[in-house]
Amino acid sequence: MKLHTVGALAALSLLAACASKAPETGNTSTGATTTAPSGPSITPGSQEDLVANVGDRVFYEFNSSSLTDAAQATLDKQVAFLQRYPNDKFQIAGNCDDRGTEEYNIALGNRRAHAAKEYLVAKGVSASRLTTISYGKDRPTALGDNEEAWAQNRNAISSVQ
Amino acid sequence: MLVSPFSRRGFLAGGAGLVIAGRAGAQTPVAPGAAQPVIDVDHALQDPIRIALPSLGNSPAAAEIISVVTADLTNCGLFRPIDPAAFISAADASPTAPNFPNWKAIGAQAVVTGAVSDAGGGQVRVEFRLWDVLTTQQLQGTAYTSANVRRIAHIMADVIYERMLGEKGYFDTRIVYVAATGPRGRQTKRLAIMDQDAANNRILTNGDWLVLTPRFNPVRDEIAFMSYANNHPRVLLYDLNSGRQTTLGDFEGMSFAPRFSPDGGSCILSVTRGGGSDIFVVDAGSHAARRLTSSGSIDTSPCYSPDGSQIVFNSDRDGDQQLYIMGAGGGGAKRISFGHGRYATPVWSPRGDLIAFTRLAGATFAIGVMHPDGTGERILSESYAVEGPTFAPNGRVLMFWRETRSMDQYGHGYSSRLVSIDITGFNEREVHTPTDASDPAWSPLNA
Repeated sequence: MKLHTVGALAALSLLAACASKAPETGNTSTGATTTAPSGPSITPGSQEDLVANVGDRVFYEFNSSSLTDAAQATLDKQVAFLQRYPNDKFQIAGNCDDRGTEEYNIALGNRRAHAAKEYLVAKGVSASRLTTISYGKDRPTALGDNEEAWAQNRNAISSVQ
Repeated sequence: MLVSPFSRRGFLAGGAGLVIAGRAGAQTPVAPGAAQPVIDVDHALQDPIRIALPSLGNSPAAAEIISVVTADLTNCGLFRPIDPAAFISAADASPTAPNFPNWKAIGAQAVVTGAVSDAGGGQVRVEFRLWDVLTTQQLQGTAYTSANVRRIAHIMADVIYERMLGEKGYFDTRIVYVAATGPRGRQTKRLAIMDQDAANNRILTNGDWLVLTPRFNPVRDEIAFMSYANNHPRVLLYDLNSGRQTTLGDFEGMSFAPRFSPDGGSCILSVTRGGGSDIFVVDAGSHAARRLTSSGSIDTSPCYSPDGSQIVFNSDRDGDQQLYIMGAGGGGAKRISFGHGRYATPVWSPRGDLIAFTRLAGATFAIGVMHPDGTGERILSESYAVEGPTFAPNGRVLMFWRETRSMDQYGHGYSSRLVSIDITGFNEREVHTPTDASDPAWSPLNA
């Protein structure tokens, strides 16, 4: 838990240095779905594998569902992951910061999840392996109320099903 | 939760005429000589009505009734009940012949007299008279019998409100909302229902699944809400009598943002299609669905006009989230919001004259109102996060929710609370729910 906290703080201070930009990689969340240990204990093709070695999430600009270069790079790695593990399926969950209204954010989270899904499909992943859901602003992974936290919370998170 | 039944009847007294508080029949015969409201409501804010509420007897029920009526009238901001310590003599409160000079001497403009008695079978009978101190006229005389003492008190407060202000009250109503417990980010959310004064709070769902945006059916004891049950986000109906939950409509995408039609016969909601969200209308009986928008953008938070002929909603079809009005059959949407910022969550006043909304501008959220043609915008409350206004059934008061800002990355300092405010922007008050709360929806007057 101590290490986890230090990691989260480091991630936040890193983000503070480039506050207006979306984070470059995943695994920086301060919330529940965080950091798996690296090492031989990770099951190949598992959620832990995805988080540790690929990146389970992509980030969006404010009120946007456009895929940034960083997001596309992460999704390209997710494509390779899905090709390597053909029995894996993803649920892609779209999330928003809380600087919008609840119902609109459910729709915006859906649009973000859909954008990620469409990208994976365009890269050859079968749509039948991908489902989407949106939690709007109801599942923040970063709990602060500042630009760093909001940037963390504007995401689409892939979960191995 | 069913509100318990009660009976009411008017009675003659002092030649002031028979008046029946006929809410169920939507009739309110006006007493002779009292055809006009006693107080002009628009001026009442600067000068709340000073009303005396002397004891109705020595029983606990009598004390509770006075306590509830006093709280209702105080909290609405339009009355100032006089401290009983200022009353000159208990004898001033004779049920049929109050001592008007003594009430006038302490500044009372109105006085309520009456008595509470045991009606047997766990019921109490309350009879009360409302008097205009200046004219010494009886404005109202009514008796109620019920086991639900608080409800009798709310109805009494509604009668007093209506007779003094010339418009219907809103105290005999309920609020359905989302109750949240646990640390931020992992909060358990449950549907909850309570009286408008936060009494009789009751939890409706067990918290296994995320629930959002409950809304009352205006004619049945039923709630439409969004549920993530079985990881299948969609709109469900909750029957308040049986507790039974059923799915509303059958959609491939997520359905959300439900709102009933004024006649309760249908429900409008949003359904995702690809990356967009369209508005549909679903028949509450047959569950047959019909698409009303197909812009490919985000069309959501729809709400009917009180006559059911129009729908106001928010959409980002022109870029930013703004308010639009279309016919109830869909088509011909016209933008009405042109102020600074994004506009969201429009709700139409039951009076028809105003649309309340959430406005997002920079770092500030605001609750405001505008006319349906987009003119006359007024901001009532601003803060870091306020959202989701809902109108009291008389259109006079709004409730919404306010979140406070976290002070750190752990979410400390965060809270979410219900707040009520008069549509003039006065009398902002927190509603004291037992836990964090959001997504309030005001019921119609209890049947």
